[in-house]
Amino acid sequence: MTTMTAEEILSIEERYPQVFRRPLYKRFAPLFLFVGILTYLIYVLWFFSLPQVLRESHWERLPLFLTQWISYDLQPEFRLDQPEITPKYPRFSALGENPNPDWVIRNPDGTFTVLIDGPAKSVTFDKAQATIVANGETVPVALSSGKPVISGPVPDWITAHDDEVVAKMGFVGEVRVTVDRVKVRKRFLGWANFVFDTRSPFFGKSAGEVVSLIVSGPELKPGTSNLALAGDNIWNNAQWQHGDVWTKLLQTIVMAFLGTLLGGIVAFPLAFFAARNITPSGVLSQVLKRFFDFMRSVDMLIWALFFTRAFGPGPLAGSAAIFFTEIGTLGKTYSEALENIDDKPREGVLSTGANGLLVQRYGVMPEVIPVFISQTLYQWESNTRGATIIGAVGAGGIGLKLWEAMRTNSNWANVFYMVLLILLVVFIFDNISNFLRRRLSRTIHDYNRLQAEHG
Amino acid sequence: MTLSVTTPSLTASSGATHPMADAWRRQTSLRRFYTVLGVGLLLAAMFASMWFADEANAGHFFDRLPHILDFLSWLVPKHWNDVWRALFDIASPHDTGTQEYNFPLGRVYVWGGFYIPEYFELMLTTVNVALVSTFIGFTFAVPFSFIAARNLTPHPALRLIVKRFMELLRAFPEIVIAGLFAAIVSIGPIAAIIAIGLHSIGALGKLFYEINENIDMRAEEGLRAVGANWFERVRFADLPQVLPNFMSYTLLRVEINVRASTIIGAVGGGGIGEELKLSISRGFGAKTLALVLLLFTTIFIIDQFSAWLRRKLVGEQAFMMGA
Repeated sequence: MTTMTAEEILSIEERYPQVFRRPLYKRFAPLFLFVGILTYLIYVLWFFSLPQVLRESHWERLPLFLTQWISYDLQPEFRLDQPEITPKYPRFSALGENPNPDWVIRNPDGTFTVLIDGPAKSVTFDKAQATIVANGETVPVALSSGKPVISGPVPDWITAHDDEVVAKMGFVGEVRVTVDRVKVRKRFLGWANFVFDTRSPFFGKSAGEVVSLIVSGPELKPGTSNLALAGDNIWNNAQWQHGDVWTKLLQTIVMAFLGTLLGGIVAFPLAFFAARNITPSGVLSQVLKRFFDFMRSVDMLIWALFFTRAFGPGPLAGSAAIFFTEIGTLGKTYSEALENIDDKPREGVLSTGANGLLVQRYGVMPEVIPVFISQTLYQWESNTRGATIIGAVGAGGIGLKLWEAMRTNSNWANVFYMVLLILLVVFIFDNISNFLRRRLSRTIHDYNRLQAEHG
Repeated sequence: MTLSVTTPSLTASSGATHPMADAWRRQTSLRRFYTVLGVGLLLAAMFASMWFADEANAGHFFDRLPHILDFLSWLVPKHWNDVWRALFDIASPHDTGTQEYNFPLGRVYVWGGFYIPEYFELMLTTVNVALVSTFIGFTFAVPFSFIAARNLTPHPALRLIVKRFMELLRAFPEIVIAGLFAAIVSIGPIAAIIAIGLHSIGALGKLFYEINENIDMRAEEGLRAVGANWFERVRFADLPQVLPNFMSYTLLRVEINVRASTIIGAVGGGGIGEELKLSISRGFGAKTLALVLLLFTTIFIIDQFSAWLRRKLVGEQAFMMGA
């Protein structure tokens, strides 16, 4: 390889001044861009007062909420100030009306043992003393002196307050001990009572028992077959609300389907009048195009809010909102597809003396129908994904249910259940739409190939 | 030697049809049957959906139809100037002491006596949420898109993971992410930024890796020949090729995110969406018109600006890409 001399370099520089002596703003454009973005980000940091928000945020809640998505807990409470220690469970506990779990053990000597994670993480107590076992350590808590006292060193997983000792045992739960009560929180992986809730006569029975009851058992509720009863119990499960969730999900699907389809039906004829190469009137084309722009740019949210006022909350309002937005979106894409067609088939049909309608039918339609269907399918898919969100402003569907479940901060398992259903629906619909569109584009592809082959 | 040429005649004499014509006729009638069946099924599904939507709705379609334009009547302000007064926070002569004609929120003082009406600040919040979340989306989508592109991926397994992850981000309901983070960082724009930002990563990432899969691989091969590693190849061969298209899609995303930010705002994400929802549900005509006008103008300006920028960046082809 040869090395360049200084002269050669200079001569190259002279020959290509546009490369070597570019204007200042062009040479430093990346730097300006970088500084600009950085300045903007700093401004945004101040605008949203991000440091303060981060300081006041509760990131420790994130794992807590996420574990609540896939688990549930039971919270037995033991009163020590009664003559006899008795376990109490909160109302609507996942264990039903007569809970007698095998992890609460009444010892022969009158003490209680609650196994939180087997004997390795447990608490044993009577009125005078509680013994907390976890992480290979045994910590006795004396309760007789008016406040809980830990004799010996306090391990770091126990927090001793004035009147309460809190032992955190990680995911499996925690124990709170005061002089007059012991509270246990035991966490289980999974969803409690997902099929039958505690009021159902099938509650607590194994799958085999339920099946044999349905097939050959005596009628649990006179006048109703056990199969119908089981179905009713599942559909009306109070905790999981399967019936309500599935109905709302169907509403969301229906909203996307109806809105997109009706939007397509209305946009279809309008697009012909908006396409500049088909419509005779330029004014009409402009008016329609601006109308499409208007329908699109008045947001789906605003339409949804207006239609909930007009129709009342529900899927009708949601469908109408999607319908109005889709007129704009599909009208625009349809008319653009029409403007991109090959004019020759149209001229061919026109030369046979066919009237306007027949020209569109035989000269234009075969060319654009696959594109129209493909674009409509794409919008359908995208609306299925997006329709959950307008539900939250009252336009029907699962959105509002999701939002309400989250606002209470307690039903995260329900939220997750709904999210899984939505993801499943989106997945299925994406695949259907992708499959159909691939089939269609293959048709278009074949058509183009044939055209190319035949000149 | 004689050449005997037999020409099949499609229309045989005396009414008897040729087998080929029969086959063709059978085929068309079958196709017509499928078309009619398909359209029939679609119509049946449509009417079933209409019935279902109507049943589940609070007010029924035909009951409400005569009243459908009722909501427009409260939109009409007593005096058209009230829209401007509402927008710029100037006291209205029709003030009844309620919030109907005067904005209750007041003013944001920028410098001494100079103020901007709070509604402009809310709009600014919405726009900023959109911009920041697009920025987040862009920052993460660019590296993801190079990993997810079939022709550029450092490892096929990694490609599938990133692809699935982006699909999940795209399909996961934004409102759930917003709700989850509202419980952590409190209700407000930050939760909206996270929700829209995460969604943008998935949406932009998909568009980006499709661009990546269509690039000219010769520059990449050249760098590979001199022994450049993956990062160097992506940085010097691929990124310059795709960046204009990336920018074009990002600008489109800004527009979409302004709308998304308004919607999330309506369910507690702060910004103009919340005010708009309140204003419409309480029936404040002038105020609603003012807010819609403000939103409309902003979206229009952003649309025009980004269209101009896109044209500058990639030329006319920026408008040939699918919506």
